[in-house]
Amino acid sequence: MSEKFDEIPMAGNIIEPGNAKRYKTGGWRAQRPVHSPENCLWIKNGTCGRCWIFCPDMAVRLIEKNGNRFYEYDYDYCKGCGICANECPTDSIRMESE
Amino acid sequence: MTTAERVPKDKITVEGLTGDAAIAHALKQSDVDVLAAYPITPQTIIVEDFQRFAADGEVHTKVIPVESEHSAMSACVGASAVGARVATASASAGLALMWEILYCAASMRMPIVFTVANRALSAPINIHNDHSDGMGMRDSGFIQLYCQSCQEAYDTTIMAFRLAEDHDVLLPVMVGIDGFILSHNVERVEMLPDDAVRKFLGVRVPVQPLDPKNPITMGPLALTDYYFEFKEQQDRAMWNVPKAYKKVEAEFKKLTGRSYGMFEEYKTKDADIVILAMSTMGGTAKTVADVLRKKGEKIGVIRLKMFRPFPAKEIAKAVGSAKAVMIFEKAMSFGAVTSPLALEVKSALYDVEKKPLVVDFVVGLGGRDVPPETFVQGIEKTKKYLGKGKAPMYETLGVRK
Repeated sequence: MSEKFDEIPMAGNIIEPGNAKRYKTGGWRAQRPVHSPENCLWIKNGTCGRCWIFCPDMAVRLIEKNGNRFYEYDYDYCKGCGICANECPTDSIRMESE
Repeated sequence: MTTAERVPKDKITVEGLTGDAAIAHALKQSDVDVLAAYPITPQTIIVEDFQRFAADGEVHTKVIPVESEHSAMSACVGASAVGARVATASASAGLALMWEILYCAASMRMPIVFTVANRALSAPINIHNDHSDGMGMRDSGFIQLYCQSCQEAYDTTIMAFRLAEDHDVLLPVMVGIDGFILSHNVERVEMLPDDAVRKFLGVRVPVQPLDPKNPITMGPLALTDYYFEFKEQQDRAMWNVPKAYKKVEAEFKKLTGRSYGMFEEYKTKDADIVILAMSTMGGTAKTVADVLRKKGEKIGVIRLKMFRPFPAKEIAKAVGSAKAVMIFEKAMSFGAVTSPLALEVKSALYDVEKKPLVVDFVVGLGGRDVPPETFVQGIEKTKKYLGKGKAPMYETLGVRK
């Protein structure tokens, strides 16, 4: 994001398809989702995953490693929409002000 | 785009044409790929004539009869994006309806040629000439060229494509003619042979066209982090215009012997009072200067053609040692310090040490005639203000008050 006016394509044209990935929309976030593992069904038994299904930005990461399950957010792209918190059946996600 | 040679006289067609018809003929010869427009007085003949050329197979242009001016300019942007040479025409309320897309056309750097028969804006509804529509689109990012004659309208329309499509510019151009005064008046017009225009314009070489084989995205979102940088690009492109314009005009002059400059200077060298006006008022002003000079009054005229970008330094220099500049303009900016043209001229003169007195008259709104008598009235008032050493910021002239 440090490019000067003459280092970027004319008129905002995107000349390289797929470069939206490089646009970190996490900066738009006013509230961030915070996860507590105690009642989370993914952590408990590897089910549910509603937050992962509904996240419009693929910012929820459900991780399985050596039989252990982890949960994290990709804050580079999470816009803080709160859909995950709304969908969670066990109220394991709460939104906190940035 | 080879070095041009003067077109011999026997190859030139001379016809009596209205300003609109002259523009239609210029568009016909300019190898336009797409023309999308919606009819509105007093521009109608441009598109009417062009549609006839298309129906008769004289042009291979895709004419899109859209349902509104907003759609007309949108279709133009789309066509221009794939690399087509594109033109449209409008006026007044139609132009106002295009407003949103005017900004898109300019900031997406689409070299569209937009011919306008300048007309008053509602209300009350009025079909006659003033420059409210042109001044309304003043900040849209369009280059603006105002013409004095049908010949100039023809010439400027052709040159506009070269200017717009110049890779240092890539901006849309508005070519303005005074509604009815020029759009519907027949004048002698010399037209170039088709092949000369074709050679002069060449085929548009787009820089970054939409192409399925090489996909790109145009007009995406740019927020706080990038938007400003794109505006910087656009602003710099606008200031490349004077140089590109001079180049295009020089080449056109080789072909025709005609050129107009960013503005026309008439007897300004020793003038005490310089009249500054645009479009057809320039012609009346020159006649007034001639008559008054016979009576020993040193009057000169600057007829401004290029309003955007505004040639500030050049105007300041041209005004030179005159005691006063008398501006005649056909637009009002309600609540502004003064009127659009005077705002520019006063700013241009701010850094000049020995400034002439600037006297601004708003005239001719809604097509109110501006005869030589109105100019003489203005000059008498200007002399009075010179005696007092100051003038009002602006005043109306030719209105019952």
